[in-house]
Amino acid sequence: MSATTKPVNQKAWLLVLPVIICVAFSAILPLMTVVNYSVQDIISPERRVFVGTEWFASVMRDEELHAALWRQLTFSLAVLAVEIPLGIALALSMPAQGWKASMVLVLVALSLLIPWNVVGTIWQIYGRADIGLLGAMLQKMGFDYSYTGNATHAWVTVLMMDVWHWTPLVALLCYAGLRSIPDAYYQAARIDGASKFAVFRYIQLPKMRGVLMIAVLLRFMDSFMIYTEPFVLTGGGPGNATTFLSQYLTQKAVGQFDLGPAAAFSLIYFLIILLLCFILYNWMQRVGTQEKEGVE
Amino acid sequence: MQLSLDHISKKVGAEQWLYDMSLAPRSGEVTVLLGATQAGKTSLMRIMAGLDVPTQGKVLVNDADVTGTPVRERNVAMVYQQFINYPSLRVADNIASPLKLRGEKDIDQKVRSLAARLHIDMFLDRYPAELSGGQQQRVALARALAKGAPLMLLDEPLVNLDYKLREELREELTQLFAAGDSTVIYATTEPGEALLLGGYTAVMDGGELLQYGPTAEVFHSPQSLRVARAFSDPPMNLMAALPAAQGLQLTGGPALALKLPDAPAQRLASFTAGVRGSALRVTARDGDVALAGKVELAEISGSDTFVHVATAVGELVAQLTGVHYFDLGAPITLYLDPAQVYVFDANGALLLAPNRKGGPA
Amino acid sequence: MARIDLDLAHAYRPNPREDSDYALLPLTMSFRDGGAYALLGPSGCGKTTMLNIMSGLLVPSQGTVKFDGVDVTHATPQQRNIAQVFQFPVIYDTMTVAENLAFPLRNRKVPEDQIKKRVGEIAEMLDMSGQLNHRAAGLAADAKQKISLGRGLVRPDVSAVLFDEPLTVIDPHLKWQLRRKLKQIHHELKLTLIYVTHDQVEALTFAEEVVVMTRGRAVQTGSADALFERPRHTFVGHFIGSPGMNFLPATATGGSLRVAGRPLVLPPERAMPDGELKLGVRPEYVVKTAPGDPAALPFTVTMVQDIGTHWMLTARIGEHTLKARLNPAARAPQVGEEVWLQVMGPHTCLYLNDELVDV
Repeated sequence: MSATTKPVNQKAWLLVLPVIICVAFSAILPLMTVVNYSVQDIISPERRVFVGTEWFASVMRDEELHAALWRQLTFSLAVLAVEIPLGIALALSMPAQGWKASMVLVLVALSLLIPWNVVGTIWQIYGRADIGLLGAMLQKMGFDYSYTGNATHAWVTVLMMDVWHWTPLVALLCYAGLRSIPDAYYQAARIDGASKFAVFRYIQLPKMRGVLMIAVLLRFMDSFMIYTEPFVLTGGGPGNATTFLSQYLTQKAVGQFDLGPAAAFSLIYFLIILLLCFILYNWMQRVGTQEKEGVE
Repeated sequence: MQLSLDHISKKVGAEQWLYDMSLAPRSGEVTVLLGATQAGKTSLMRIMAGLDVPTQGKVLVNDADVTGTPVRERNVAMVYQQFINYPSLRVADNIASPLKLRGEKDIDQKVRSLAARLHIDMFLDRYPAELSGGQQQRVALARALAKGAPLMLLDEPLVNLDYKLREELREELTQLFAAGDSTVIYATTEPGEALLLGGYTAVMDGGELLQYGPTAEVFHSPQSLRVARAFSDPPMNLMAALPAAQGLQLTGGPALALKLPDAPAQRLASFTAGVRGSALRVTARDGDVALAGKVELAEISGSDTFVHVATAVGELVAQLTGVHYFDLGAPITLYLDPAQVYVFDANGALLLAPNRKGGPA
Repeated sequence: MARIDLDLAHAYRPNPREDSDYALLPLTMSFRDGGAYALLGPSGCGKTTMLNIMSGLLVPSQGTVKFDGVDVTHATPQQRNIAQVFQFPVIYDTMTVAENLAFPLRNRKVPEDQIKKRVGEIAEMLDMSGQLNHRAAGLAADAKQKISLGRGLVRPDVSAVLFDEPLTVIDPHLKWQLRRKLKQIHHELKLTLIYVTHDQVEALTFAEEVVVMTRGRAVQTGSADALFERPRHTFVGHFIGSPGMNFLPATATGGSLRVAGRPLVLPPERAMPDGELKLGVRPEYVVKTAPGDPAALPFTVTMVQDIGTHWMLTARIGEHTLKARLNPAARAPQVGEEVWLQVMGPHTCLYLNDELVDV
């Protein structure tokens, strides 16, 4: 004996139809094409052979792929390790209200507005030993800095570039989270005699949990897919020291025209990201609800 | 219009928000939904409005099944506790919006007269954000009245207002409801508010509908212990009792001369005797039973004094008219007229309610 | 525990000229050590401003605040050693109940065993001993407010506990319990307690003395009894009591009184100036009498409400309305009926220009 639930509004589907068509053409059909390629050996545009899961197997065994994956993971974790605390610190030091707040917000957000290949170019020039501000300064200080020659230097430079580019996003998210804390909490903490650190640890950090979740998720996903900036800066070098996963994939697909393995790898790449995000998200949700239910 | 809810219930996930209930609010009258927070009042109102669909059961308007009809197609006006108005429209436009949607003429005149009824005619050119809480709620009320819907739902509309403001608005609302002919459903947690609004009351507790009837009747004859508990402020004094020769024997206390209805199966069961705070006195009258105890606390609320007394039958709260001062720990005797005692059986059902002399017109 | 003396004013602008420029008009007030006070008034009357000035969260634009004679006007809340309970519960989500209560003591570097003992005592007083190891975030609103209160009480030398409408988010039937708890705590610990509210029931039940405020002014300070029986200002008469005092305009000429065009006898011992007065009588003191009673007037009944414990009668004479609270045992009049209601009695007050005429 269930209630009759009529569909709410059939007409709404008509309005969504154009969007569905666009998405179908720009995303779903290409995706299907990739799936198609991943199970075929494309020797030339005319000659194709169905190979089943062969590409998937060979991709999984590929040593270079493992190395690129490893580099990628290290990079993403390093990015999180630096950007999250830095972003929080930045958010804490931004003014809460008044004209200063608006000004600081604009300044902080500037680096987010720069096209990504321009970011790469900026840092490319910035790090040059002859004309770059950073490069020249380091040379003067006696440091033999070269992001094209030294793998470690290249890593650090790519990392710094990403930090420079994306920390403001974390900062802005945390800033929004901080603004939502009612004044009474700070007043109560003052009355309880709490130190600044205690206020941070027991009030600000817990209340920022929601936005931090978003920040971590976003930064992880984005850094895991990073392509333009390191490509422009180092081209993946020296050697393949900064060749991350997406660049490796492009080399395979576009450079070597190995469409089959590249397609197979794309799908695996896609699934890796999905899986990692799923795990991360669920873990954070569980921690969040545990807090709410007061589990000991 | 006659709204009728036929065996509806609502389950969300694993939680039962509303248990099977049927309710037909009297057409054209005020029905108060009384219950604590989380009793299910808002869930019920949402189903009445068409914002939610019940898991089971039907919603009927004038005998037509509207269970699946969305709220846009029903003619309902709703007022919330959070003073909801269109922030970017002026007060006049806010009130006019339902009239414009209906394509009515003479909008200006109608807006003005509604605003005058709610005493906000001097704010017609302002934005809601510039007004105080009470004024914003009046705008929301004016807009709801402008809609002229046959069903008007108010979800604790006065709870975010000052005590005195609440009193004033409640008076005005009573008059506004009486002047109109919509069916009004009003949710509240305060028993006092239900009594002041009059009309009919539906008592809810834990997602169940416990009793529905004219407000005074529900108050004076609660069908069960749960209703008595939900519909009293201060809480009803409850004492354990056993049947005795003359009527009832209070556990740990005196006997009460009462005539219990004949129910042989209950002869050996335990009962609960309930007495309202206002029925306890400090001066004896003929036929009163005495309960001796010590004063634990005296609370003065202006027109009444509430004395908390620890007695042999438990802790009792007496409501005395006027201001009385008591020393903490001082001995005190409370007097009780057995005719004003409620008796509930072991399952909580009402067995005996006091006789009321002199009902309202 | 401290005595608090206020001699101040607080203005929105640096050079206040009119009354509306002030959040708090110049006032002098003393709160004795160990007393329970309430600041009662409608929204915007300045009560929260006064509370924040006392706690140190706000510095008054002029004047001083003294704790036990020491000027603390510019001292922080920490330095004043006060505790404040806010409108909605403020607790540290990541900590358990015990850790929440221990927090102020830990910040002061009190030894652990003393902390444990004190936390135990306070938890006992608040009936929370069984929940000490639960996460504070998962508890209900009233438990959280108790924790907020506990954090204030846990310091043995706290000078005063200030409450800013603390029962706002609490269910009505739990409000009873919390009010009782507060009274018990006051009785046991004898702390100076100051409670801000717009709810007269809360104010009158909690406090020994209530300060009634409106528009930045403290209109009357007194016990529940005094405020109820002898309001010094029509605002107090209107604000205290549910419903408030009835006011009927009266004209007094040469010792005789006319209300709504009808004569009313004045008891001989009461003196009265000439002029336009207001007659104030509370609904609780209006009684039904025989027609022709010289202390009564004829009214037409417009509404009768059964309020459970009594009848609430609304009646009108001319264009004025009056509310009367009638005994539930008596027969209630019908709508439209004419009743004679006694309005002049020992509890009636007369007001000239809204101020009480002292007899």
